[in-house]
Amino acid sequence: MPHRQVRAVNRPIYLDYSATTPVDPRVAKKMIPFLSERFGNPASRSHRYGWEAEEAVESARLQVARLVGADPKEIVWTSGATESNNLAIAGAARFHREKGRHLITMTTEHKAVLDTMRHLEREGFNVSYLPPQANGLLDLERLADAIRPDTVLASVMHVNNEIGVIQDLAAIGDLCRSRGVLLHVDAAQATGKVAIDLESLPVDLMSFSAHKTYGPKGIGALYVRRKPRVRIEALTHGGGHERGMRSGTLATHQIVGMGEAFRLAHDEMAVDNERARALRDKLLAGLSILEETYVNGDLEARVPHNLNLSFNFVEGESLMMAMKDIAVSSGSACTSASLEPSYVLRALGRPDELAHSSIRFSVGRFTTEAEIDAAVALITRNVQKLRELSPLWEMHLEGIDLSTVQWAAH
Amino acid sequence: MAYSEKVLDHYENPRNVGSFDKNDPRVGTGMVGAPACGDVMKLHIKVGEDGVIEEARFKTYGCGSAIASSSLVTEWLRGKTLDEARQIKNTDIADELALPPVKIHCSVLAEDAIKAAINDYLAKRAPSTQACATGEP
Repeated sequence: MPHRQVRAVNRPIYLDYSATTPVDPRVAKKMIPFLSERFGNPASRSHRYGWEAEEAVESARLQVARLVGADPKEIVWTSGATESNNLAIAGAARFHREKGRHLITMTTEHKAVLDTMRHLEREGFNVSYLPPQANGLLDLERLADAIRPDTVLASVMHVNNEIGVIQDLAAIGDLCRSRGVLLHVDAAQATGKVAIDLESLPVDLMSFSAHKTYGPKGIGALYVRRKPRVRIEALTHGGGHERGMRSGTLATHQIVGMGEAFRLAHDEMAVDNERARALRDKLLAGLSILEETYVNGDLEARVPHNLNLSFNFVEGESLMMAMKDIAVSSGSACTSASLEPSYVLRALGRPDELAHSSIRFSVGRFTTEAEIDAAVALITRNVQKLRELSPLWEMHLEGIDLSTVQWAAH
Repeated sequence: MAYSEKVLDHYENPRNVGSFDKNDPRVGTGMVGAPACGDVMKLHIKVGEDGVIEEARFKTYGCGSAIASSSLVTEWLRGKTLDEARQIKNTDIADELALPPVKIHCSVLAEDAIKAAINDYLAKRAPSTQACATGEP
């Protein structure tokens, strides 16, 4: 393929596409003219600079809307999925505060959702945090039981960032709608991976990010349904851009990049996913040769490019250290700075030691088969090396059930 | 996270990995930590008739700093009397490996492993007077 990127020499193999993706060269090319020649402010109505910028912004809005089956008028530009999540959840909760003060979400949501919920709790809202089933999926009965007369909004992510499981939005949305509850969906990890048709999906608000789908960082969007119309309170105040929902001069070049990235995702999703699935399956097959290796999260209801594995009896941070030639995540990239095991894996009910042993692999548009082969060889070698070093592995080989051991707390 | 040269060296070339026969009366075992906390260290010392540690071996489940801390103490223990071995402090280990504050617990664990191994050895010599070391099933 002409657009294939070449990996620079001595750079680690990149298997962390769920953290971020490179900007597709075709996207970068479209963005550049809007930095220099076509630099106009899309809000300038009196001259050609403004008109051409506005035209580019509206064309990008159409491209984003087309990928997700929405009307362009339902797309609001933001700085990314974090801002979209904040705007959707806090915006809807505050607008409807007279109707009710109860919100529902899952314990496995992204921090951008969980922290927004925590913030709203301090404003007097009540939040129910629902745990997932062992496969990572939401139990609909649990959701039905959690809905109260004063529930205004539920927020459930489409695709989990750590384990890649896909929630059943149609069923969740139908339930919410039948009980008069707004549904917000964080779809940052879903675009270009899962077909989204908001015309038929009963979803009221949906957050998007460009940089998980080969677009630039710093740009995202929020879908706000028009029929029936969903009302939210703005978080940023100013010139009344984006129909008053998000003031601030639009970043034309970023928006053009997101539009082109989503156009490519629309046109190439089938091919991208087929390739990703083959590479992911090859990685899984290669690593399954190692015993005591567990897949975290449902393998069927899952995006094709994600693999989250626990290598039992090997500690995750030491494995990451061994894999300095591969760029992967242990737990979520946002939490790897701390020593806590992944809260998502803990929510699945995984024992702490398996949560400590987890690695997230995510392949993408520019991953090659040769990279997967090299990664499998390197990981296999290092897991074996670390198991040789591991007293837990030794005890396992001696037939000792580690759950019966009385460990000294420290 | 950036690791010091010494941590990387011990991590890539761990010294004295392995085990002795834990039923050998000359061998003391120290097993400290817990899988749920993300680190478990097992230290074996083999003590001569003169009360000097002839050899030490380790196995560690944990981060690079935990592996390096235990690898380092196996080097330090060799040739020391039990009393001298007891003098090894976690701060000595942390200083030697230039451990950052978040990794100090690794050096604490290594110090605990030394004490546990010595106690286990002494308990074997006088089985009725000493308590068993922690962690061993």
